[in-house]
Amino acid sequence: MEMGITFTVYSEGENIDRAWPFDIIPRVIPASEWAEIDRGLRQRLTALNMFIDDLYHEQRILADGRVPRDLIESSPDFRPECIGATPRFGVWAHICGSDLVRDGNGTVYVLEDNLRVPSGVSYMLENRSVTKRVFPELFLDQVIAPVDDYPSDLFDTLAALSPRSDVDPEVVVLTPGIYNSAYFEHAYLAQRMGAELVEGGDLLVDSDDCVYMRTVSGLKRVDTIYRRINDGFLDPEALRKDSMLGVAGLIRAWRKGNVALANAPGAGVADDKLIYTFVPEMIRYYLDQDPIIPNVPTWRCSDPEDLQHVLKNLAKLVVKPANESGGYGMLVGPHASAAEVENFAALIAANPRNYIAQPTLALSTVPTVCAGAIEPRHVDLRPFILQARDTAVTAGGLTRVALRKGSLVVNSSQGGGSKDTWIVGGGAN
Amino acid sequence: MLSRVAERMYWAGRYLERAENTARIVNTYANLLLDLPQETGVGWPQLLRIVNEQSQFSARYSQNTEQDILRFLLADAENPGSILSSLTFARENFRTSRDVIPMEGWERVNELYLMGRRDLPGAVGRRRRFEVLSNCVVHCQQIAGLLSGTMSHGDAYNFLRMGNYLERADMTSRVVDVGAATLAQGDAAMGPYENTLWIAVLRSLSAYQMYRQHVRRRIAASDVVSFLLADSQFPRAVAFALDALARCLRTLPQSDDAQRTLGKLQQRVAKDRHSAMDGVELHRYIDQLQIGFGELHQAIAARWFLSAKAASGQAQAST
Repeated sequence: MEMGITFTVYSEGENIDRAWPFDIIPRVIPASEWAEIDRGLRQRLTALNMFIDDLYHEQRILADGRVPRDLIESSPDFRPECIGATPRFGVWAHICGSDLVRDGNGTVYVLEDNLRVPSGVSYMLENRSVTKRVFPELFLDQVIAPVDDYPSDLFDTLAALSPRSDVDPEVVVLTPGIYNSAYFEHAYLAQRMGAELVEGGDLLVDSDDCVYMRTVSGLKRVDTIYRRINDGFLDPEALRKDSMLGVAGLIRAWRKGNVALANAPGAGVADDKLIYTFVPEMIRYYLDQDPIIPNVPTWRCSDPEDLQHVLKNLAKLVVKPANESGGYGMLVGPHASAAEVENFAALIAANPRNYIAQPTLALSTVPTVCAGAIEPRHVDLRPFILQARDTAVTAGGLTRVALRKGSLVVNSSQGGGSKDTWIVGGGAN
Repeated sequence: MLSRVAERMYWAGRYLERAENTARIVNTYANLLLDLPQETGVGWPQLLRIVNEQSQFSARYSQNTEQDILRFLLADAENPGSILSSLTFARENFRTSRDVIPMEGWERVNELYLMGRRDLPGAVGRRRRFEVLSNCVVHCQQIAGLLSGTMSHGDAYNFLRMGNYLERADMTSRVVDVGAATLAQGDAAMGPYENTLWIAVLRSLSAYQMYRQHVRRRIAASDVVSFLLADSQFPRAVAFALDALARCLRTLPQSDDAQRTLGKLQQRVAKDRHSAMDGVELHRYIDQLQIGFGELHQAIAARWFLSAKAASGQAQAST
């Protein structure tokens, strides 16, 4: 509590700073196993970026019929105002948090890719600093891959995007402000990178279509914006008119190549849970490789046959909205009452495009301290992948743990906790 | 640095200083009252005058009891001038500037806030009052020391210190005003206790010892007043605080207006005009000083803060 690590849970009422629930027992993953996952994550993000770049240019994958065109056109995250834009290196999603789960057989799956504004990396770093204080002897006895260089990697990634090569790049972190649930993380990353933490009101786009921040010595040009606000709020001129968080003219400046945005606007199109089902296809199409990490088998409710199957087996499935994050608005069939299942069936039938369904996986469990005893709890893992000119993957990531017994929902927005994650044994990689 | 961050650092400095000074004043006042017999007419209500909050108080409390006044000044979250509120605002400004504050600094501020929230209600009663308030002062000093020792003395630090010094100058002038006001009442029963009063005034600013080293005479009202207003070496004296402020200002870009306003204030304090004043004149003089502090704040805000600048910036962007 005194370290002031917080995450806001919107439905909790008066207290906006809730302490971050942390479990002290680290989760251990052997380095040999991790090396494979690391390769798989790089492969995946590379394909995703090629896909996004393709969508906003030639749309080859749609023309070849490998991904249905109407799926893209009906996606609220496909942004026509981004068509033809050319972010550096053809990379749109620079920071990606992919959620991994392991089922009863030990197979690791990608559950989803977070390409919009994934959060949680600061907790990964803070969790490590806590376990180092508590178990210093364990760190002496074995090789545990360090995670501390994430902020440097992040800075390098952002700096590489700068449109000006003749000056040291001015990198800023754009936060929606102090009431946002992940504000702690925004401040933390800005601090660790030595970047300015800015709000929309600190920035302006001048008549030369460059972005400036208001400082005590006047206006100062900004090169790369690590934006932690959603696409829709970025620019009241081009997107949501009611946005108080954004900067008027930002999209214009970005399209002209005068400022880099990470992640690029429009990258969220590949974050759609329906598009997710096509990622293995993208890997084959763009890279001519087999996917290293498989997807969780998924039914698309937009497909009439799949929809029938889903509605019939609703009580056994996990159903998620295609465009939500944070575990809001989902149904865990086996844990829901008959009435809840029935209500949900109506929601799906009314808007099938908006839902996908997956089998209820027997998620792996790890030992967790619960009210004084050690009990098994379900976990997932969110590694973070950075991509600009180079690609970097965190050693491990944020292990999220469902603190309620039997619960399968680990999202921090839903009251989940977290653990430090150790990649143990073996040399580098 | 960002204008918004400059503004937050400045307020962080002001609120932290306000919390510390309020704790000091309440502690000393409690001590003073133990020495003064009732017929001097000095009681807790005068304390509300020092902090200039009589109207706030009477709007919400019906009686002038020690309990109510202390609850109001220490632990009332609805009173924006209470120590608890100052700590809350200080913390909020630090929390929202965490990117420029050393991590340890933020942790100490958060710790102080949590401590205040836990202990201040307990300091309304007499038993734990001294301990809790002294703790507050020590923690504030610790934070000041930690930041001085770990934070680059650049723009962000200068704004923080400017907030500190301006608030300190203001609070010191108020404390002197208490002495002035008590004298001005001219109550005959106060006569024998005048020294006790001035010693308490000095103590509330941790100035007693330094004063004795500096002024090697019996305690006298005019000496105390000129020490607290015009001394250039004692860090809680108004002149010292203004000099320090001037050093901060000089390092900042485009500080001409603010420097001019400050210069006038410095002259007014340095000229030894206050030593011969009686209570009423002194009180009026201090009022003028406080108006000057307000003008200095306006000059700083107009030059560097976002809230004051945003309007003109927007107009510029739209052309």
